[in-house]
Amino acid sequence: MRFYRALLHLYPASFRGEYGAEMRGIFALRRREASGFAALVALWLQTLGEVVVNAAAVHWDVLRQDLRYTARTLARTPGFAFTAILVVALGVGANTAAFTVTDFVLVRPLPFAEPERLVKLWESTPGYSRMELSPANYRDWKRMNTSFETMGALEPISMNLVGQGDPERLEGAAVTADLLPVLGVQPLVGRWFTTADDREGAPGTVLLSHRLWQAALGGDISVIGRKVILDQAPYTVIGIMPPDFRFPNREAEFWTAKQFQEEDFKDRDDNYLQVVAKLRRGVSVEQARAEMSVIAGQLERQYPKENLHTGASVIRLRDELSERSRLLLIALCGAAFCVLLIACANLANLLVARGLVRQKELAVRAALGAGRERLVRQMVTESLAVAALGGVLGLVVALMALPLLTKLVPNSLPIAQAPSVDMRVLIFAGLLTVLTGIGFGVVPALRACRADLSALREGVREGGGQKERFRSALVIAEVTASVVLLVASGLLMRALWRIQAADPGFRADGVLTLRTALAWPKYEKTALREEFFTKVLTGVRELPGVSSAAYISFLPMAMGGGIWPVGIAEAPLERGESHTASMRFVTPGFFATMGIPLQLGRDVSESDTISGPFVAVVSQSFVRRYWPNENPLGRHFQFAEHDRMVVGVVGHVRVRGLEQKSEPQVYLPYKQVQDGWFIFYTPKDLVIRSSTAPPMLLPAIRRIVQSADREQPISDVRTMSEIVEEQTASRSLQLRVLGAFAAIAFLLAAIGIHGLLSFAVAQRGREIGVRIALGARSSDILGMVMRRAFLLAVTGIALGAALAYAAGRTLEALLAGVKPGDAVTFLVAVGLCLVMTLVGSLLPAVRAVRVDPITVMRAE
Amino acid sequence: MSDSTPQADSLLPLPPATFHILMALAEEDRHGYAIIQDVAARTGGELKLSAGTLYRSIQRMLEQGLIVETQERPAPELDDERRRYYRITPFGTAVARAEARRLTQLVKLARASGFAPGKA
Repeated sequence: MRFYRALLHLYPASFRGEYGAEMRGIFALRRREASGFAALVALWLQTLGEVVVNAAAVHWDVLRQDLRYTARTLARTPGFAFTAILVVALGVGANTAAFTVTDFVLVRPLPFAEPERLVKLWESTPGYSRMELSPANYRDWKRMNTSFETMGALEPISMNLVGQGDPERLEGAAVTADLLPVLGVQPLVGRWFTTADDREGAPGTVLLSHRLWQAALGGDISVIGRKVILDQAPYTVIGIMPPDFRFPNREAEFWTAKQFQEEDFKDRDDNYLQVVAKLRRGVSVEQARAEMSVIAGQLERQYPKENLHTGASVIRLRDELSERSRLLLIALCGAAFCVLLIACANLANLLVARGLVRQKELAVRAALGAGRERLVRQMVTESLAVAALGGVLGLVVALMALPLLTKLVPNSLPIAQAPSVDMRVLIFAGLLTVLTGIGFGVVPALRACRADLSALREGVREGGGQKERFRSALVIAEVTASVVLLVASGLLMRALWRIQAADPGFRADGVLTLRTALAWPKYEKTALREEFFTKVLTGVRELPGVSSAAYISFLPMAMGGGIWPVGIAEAPLERGESHTASMRFVTPGFFATMGIPLQLGRDVSESDTISGPFVAVVSQSFVRRYWPNENPLGRHFQFAEHDRMVVGVVGHVRVRGLEQKSEPQVYLPYKQVQDGWFIFYTPKDLVIRSSTAPPMLLPAIRRIVQSADREQPISDVRTMSEIVEEQTASRSLQLRVLGAFAAIAFLLAAIGIHGLLSFAVAQRGREIGVRIALGARSSDILGMVMRRAFLLAVTGIALGAALAYAAGRTLEALLAGVKPGDAVTFLVAVGLCLVMTLVGSLLPAVRAVRVDPITVMRAE
Repeated sequence: MSDSTPQADSLLPLPPATFHILMALAEEDRHGYAIIQDVAARTGGELKLSAGTLYRSIQRMLEQGLIVETQERPAPELDDERRRYYRITPFGTAVARAEARRLTQLVKLARASGFAPGKA
């Protein structure tokens, strides 16, 4: 019998209360009738099934009834319904969008087999925590370790594809044959490289990306086994990779076999390999790290000069993104969560107020026999229905917002540019919606239904002190959260301004850039390259509006690396102290074109040839490091395999970007390089300063390049301003989103204050009337209302400021030197909150002053 | 269709349990267990309503106004104070009639199609 009693709990409490006793009675009679064990078992089985089915049916009946009632109530108060749905939509939408991007970038497993076992290996030296490996160190690490099951390497390369429509510049990678087994991905069609492909002198083979196969080769399957021409050399297509294979990043369009030559293993300082490895089962990253640091130590002892201070970094493939990217996303999630909290607080507040208004209605229903449980359930159904409508709208908001958030997806991960929306996201949005509905619905429902029949008695005023306390707490929470959001956005805004105000070292406006990367070995001879550059530059300089043009190895900011150790006679070469400088080959006129000030001496010139003395133009930061307070002109230093003499000094450029520290720069004349040397550093980026708009200029430039070399592709057409803006794109996007969140929060908090005070004034109308009748002046009444408002605001601001400081500390890495306790930001945020309080309380205060004692008394 | 109102028609077809309960209440007021017994007797033991089905139907029938709970109790010695007695309302009677008519029509149609025995 006890079990049956427990079973009845499956029914709604109202139903159980109504019919439970009789149902137990019937069950008792049935049990008495059942004779024998078998009949008893049959009865129980039957009863069990019957209760489950009927309980579900009764719940469904109740739900339908509640939903009908909800639809009627919401239709009666469309203003409330609209506001509530919109507020939920904002909260759910903000969080779903933030979750989708964050999950995509930080959490979701990478599209490889057993991604949690994949790591990337880097050399680390003082000043550089992640540096590519030299082939010799790669070979030794691979041979000596026991932590990894497999290890593979790749070198990012780019090549020119000709013979398939317009010549095209493609990014790709030269990979060792053992790389794909590490990643555990199969080609869509065809085969992966074998050790026969990556040995020296093997015929060229290439795998193509799905996109390239579709776009350039028409998705024709017969392409397998055919030859394509990359940088003048034939490569046999051996396979197509699946569409979601983006390795090492999403730009990769082809993969060739990396063919090491014996001489590649001679120089341990020539670092260009990215290394991926798969941990052995049961080996942790920490264990692998420990072993690799022992191996690095052994190699350092063996090669004390080249491997001086060279350690090993082992980083999970998933974690290959900057702290900045991670923080940007975490801050976004935190802010979205704040918005949701405020939304919930606001709705709870709204519902409490509504509950007070509806007290009579509820009391009537209670008098008609509805139990408290039934009323609470009805009200929670109501808030869940509002939440569900808001949730659906929120999902739409999130889907529309997602494309705007792709700038927050870092390029360094082997994932797509745009997050995908799938079941994970939908489940998250669903859960969030339900939690939101419960979050803002339950307490107000419990409170409203505490009402008893006394509310029906005439003259009982609604709303006790306790309810006001709860509502005050909600308003304080709203103010707190909006202060946190305001301060966080303020700090990030100041950080952004500070970064944008930083001098990049060049004048970006009016500079158009594009890349003509020359094919190799076609342009192995320096003289051939000279000829090409001269033809292009002469043609471009003659175009209308063009004031100057030049070539450089890599554009600042677009490429931060490309560094070389510096040897100074006075300060012997010591790799450990990061005696490195960024190395660029330039044609004459580069500094003038970029607006980099020439401070001393001269630019490189056409007469700086391979037969003349080897010269260099260095940056002011270079001079400051090696010859402070001395005349650097005529000084010598060892760089790029030669002794070089300083002939000029130019301003420092932020090569590594606005937020990072950059190495000093060394610019070498483009003619002073032996045939076949420094392939990587060959000038490829053309910079043009012009007063003509880029679109007008481009067709002419294309013609000029075509006439210099018919097979030469043009890629990466951008203005220098775009490159600089790209530096802060993710930041300014994040700031815009955060700013929008803060604005929403601010508005909601203002509405919260306004709502609470309006209600309080309305409820205390009689008290205010009596006070006025007894001679209280307007200023007393005004003071009474405003005191209340400011008490709430000040409490919220104090709490918010403390939390905002803590949030600022967390975000410190993003603040670019702005202090987490930045006084200006805090003052502005606090000021805004006070203004908001004033505005929010103005109307209720005026209404309180205007209370007419006679009208109020008469109404009573 | 004299006493069938549009409102009564809107409830048709009735769930079998509801129709049986209405029939059980046609002669006299009954409490829950008596309804179960009456339905069982009427159907020759074929239909044994479970407590859950009975009270779920009763709750819905009360809301629809097909039945009411009566305050009149039988003689004290027969009464159990836990028990509630239910009475069919005029509306309930109308609905039951409408349902009966609907079923009759249906059977007529079935006969015409040769599905059922008896006179057409």
